[in-house]
Amino acid sequence: MGACGGCGSKCGKQRGVIRLGVDASRLDYLVALAGNPNTGKSTIFNALTGLKQHTGNWPGKTVTRAEGMFEHQRKRFKLIDLPGTYSLLSTTVDEEIARDFLLFGQPDVTIVVLDATCLERNLNLALQVVEITDRVVVCLNLMDEAQRKGICINDRRLSVDLGVPVVPCAARHKVGLDELVRTTHEIASGALTAHPRHVAANHGTMEAVDELVPMIQSMMPGMPSVRWVAMRLLEGDKRIRQALQTGELLQLAAALASRKVQQPQTLAQAKLVPA
Amino acid sequence: MNTDVIDPGHLAGRDTESCLTKADALRDQLGSSLHDNLVAALYEEAAAIAEHATTQHGLRWSGFDQKIDRIVTSRWLGFPIMLALLTFVFWLTIKGANYPSAMIGDALFWLHDRLEAGMKAVGAPWWLTGFLVHGVYRGLAWVVAVMLPPMLIFFPIFTILEDLGYLPRVAFNLDRLFKSVGAHGKQSLTMAMGFGCNAAGVIACRVIDSPRERLIAIITNNFAPCNGRWPTLIMLASLFVAAALPPAYSALAAAGSVVGVTLFGALVMFAVSWGLSRTALKGEASTFTLELPPYRKPQILKTLYTSIIDRTLLVLWRAVVMAAPAGGLCWLLANLTFEGRSLMEIFSGWLNPFGHALGLDGVILLAYIVAIPANEIVVPTILMAYMSKGMMVELDSMAELKQVFVTHGWTPMTAVCLMLFSLLHNPCSTTIMTIFKETRSAKWTIVASLLPLIIAVIVCFAVASLWRMAAGH
Amino acid sequence: MDTLDDTERTLASLTPGEQGVVQGLSCEGLTRRRFLDLGLVPGTLVEVALRSPLGDPTAYLIRGSTIALRKDEANKISIRKAV
Ligand SMILES: Nc1nc2c(ncn2[C@@H]2O[C@H](COP(=O)(O)OP(=O)(O)OP(=O)(O)O)[C@@H](O)[C@H]2O)c(=O)[nH]1
Ligand SMILES: [Mg+2]
Repeated sequence: MGACGGCGSKCGKQRGVIRLGVDASRLDYLVALAGNPNTGKSTIFNALTGLKQHTGNWPGKTVTRAEGMFEHQRKRFKLIDLPGTYSLLSTTVDEEIARDFLLFGQPDVTIVVLDATCLERNLNLALQVVEITDRVVVCLNLMDEAQRKGICINDRRLSVDLGVPVVPCAARHKVGLDELVRTTHEIASGALTAHPRHVAANHGTMEAVDELVPMIQSMMPGMPSVRWVAMRLLEGDKRIRQALQTGELLQLAAALASRKVQQPQTLAQAKLVPA
Repeated sequence: MNTDVIDPGHLAGRDTESCLTKADALRDQLGSSLHDNLVAALYEEAAAIAEHATTQHGLRWSGFDQKIDRIVTSRWLGFPIMLALLTFVFWLTIKGANYPSAMIGDALFWLHDRLEAGMKAVGAPWWLTGFLVHGVYRGLAWVVAVMLPPMLIFFPIFTILEDLGYLPRVAFNLDRLFKSVGAHGKQSLTMAMGFGCNAAGVIACRVIDSPRERLIAIITNNFAPCNGRWPTLIMLASLFVAAALPPAYSALAAAGSVVGVTLFGALVMFAVSWGLSRTALKGEASTFTLELPPYRKPQILKTLYTSIIDRTLLVLWRAVVMAAPAGGLCWLLANLTFEGRSLMEIFSGWLNPFGHALGLDGVILLAYIVAIPANEIVVPTILMAYMSKGMMVELDSMAELKQVFVTHGWTPMTAVCLMLFSLLHNPCSTTIMTIFKETRSAKWTIVASLLPLIIAVIVCFAVASLWRMAAGH
Repeated sequence: MDTLDDTERTLASLTPGEQGVVQGLSCEGLTRRRFLDLGLVPGTLVEVALRSPLGDPTAYLIRGSTIALRKDEANKISIRKAV
């Protein structure tokens, strides 16, 4: 991968990761794996947790959510392998499952797995995810394949443009995963904060969003995805409407806001207490 | 940020309502193009970012994949290649399974004799030796000996095809047929998963979004022969079909007959899908989009290693929990007597007329009842039943195995009917439970369980009757 | 791709090897959303890659991936052919 320069120094087998399988006796951070179908999410999941989630070269191989654990620097991470989706906007069943988990499941970090050979299509989803949460790490997977196809990606530029950390990987060859875990830990602990770039729709839409945002913001200060909620309400998304009416969204906002001021450790412990 | 001021309950009411009213008003102003605009903006941004970060060396797109695709989806070669691959997989399975089969068989029956001798040496009563060694152990040994070897070859090859990326091409080739029966093209992917295990196939049906098409896929998944049925089909094809041909062709003929049975299963699957989508599950076709991923080099050694370990563990585990108890039960049925006849004889006697009408016999039907929890114990149960009275024969060759069947009245017709019955009959209990979990409907679970059984009975009856007519009985 | 043909037609009318640029979608609801999610927004270049052996569905190159659509669906996508 030297030609691309991006990951020359990061290549190497995993060293700092202890695979824990399903042993969820204690956990510090919750991490979700999202991304388009067939981008290697389950491959990453298996490499990190040591579990044997089925992988296969066709989109839609994973249809049920899998959970597994790994340890890094004495912190225990719970990893959730979500089914792949092209988007989070269509409200088909699997998209709703993925979206609800990213929103209401309150993962400490969401790893968005991108197919480096098909960046444009995959960025569409990444841009949607960063609207929902700013605790995002982008995993630029399938770098080996991209290189073979003569596609060279400047991951630093990508990271600057997206406003989130980008880690090039070749999960099948266990390349880049150490760095991925380290970055995930940094985002989880707050040592690193992402400032995602938000997409501006056309003028009329943005004006409408701007009108709604202050109203929502005053209801739920500290909510990272106010713009996204505004957008959903404008689109008449039933699930989000309902979540607002029942107060579910307000509780979520409170939980997310309190997470920001607390030390991650104490929060993680608090999370183990049943609500 | 002070979190104390947030009081969801207090704020929920008025603010929420005014916010929603505002949103509704704005939506009316914006009109219906909102979503389109949003997605267009997302893609525009994505394209710009991608463009900024990417440089392309050499050609834009490696044409290699497309060259292969032109061949495997071509009008003239698409279907022949699918058939040839399927035949090749079975041929390799049949050819290759002989060696481990003989070895595993020898080892297990060597242990059988030692166990028997050991029990005698410690002075165990005859019934204990009978129950434990002739029942439980034999059941276990038969399942492992008959079922494991073909699985160890079939699954790695199949997984390699999956990792290569061939399955979506199959779905692409076959979609037209699924469309014409009112089903979804991804149903072929769920059938392919069903080849491994129908319960897994039923779960895989979640790739189909439309509830109607998904239900069709769930109900018909049973017509994809699974893990527990391939070895039965392969064994019967080898013993009764291939044996009629010179040895040089026998493996190919056996593979050909297994392919034939599989295709017949597909035919029934199409027919049932058609029937359902015309009647109880009428409706519009949903959107069909299928991504054809790039071909990827399979990790052959890793696949071999993991799928051999996985399959061995799976078969052994199921042998312990399903076959061992079934073996014990068989021994009890064969040795508990009532008015001088064993329960086995009595029960299979009752089932005999019905079995005969289907081209089978009472013992086979009894074995299917014992095997409701797991398909793979059918053949072992039949063998144990046939051999329960005489002493254990040393079965170190396929010819001797065939001899056992033939002395119990089997003909090629029995083999064909049993293959059909095995292909079509009701799903195993694990699959039935999975169907219930996935559909959350008792009604559809019952349909999915009984419909195949009814079809199996009708088909076997028809085949047996025609066969007997043709043979002039 | 140099210029676009003047007449608007549907994606289904193209044959393998031909290219077109998406003009609009004539469907609503979930189908429309699905298409948009795949990147079939106006201005997108689409190339016909493969025809299935039975003539339907057809696979298209859309934004870097190969995606198969049935004829009925491709008929809902209006394009202008690249000449
Ligand atoms: N060459 C290469 N192949 C990879 C890499 N990562 C994953 N793959 C392969 O890509 C295919 C898809 O991997 P999965 O892990 O099943 O993908 P997924 O994202 O879980 O897919 P869905 O469950 O369908 O959403 C498999 O055949 C993997 O072996 C990689 O870094 N390099
Ligand atoms: Mg997966």
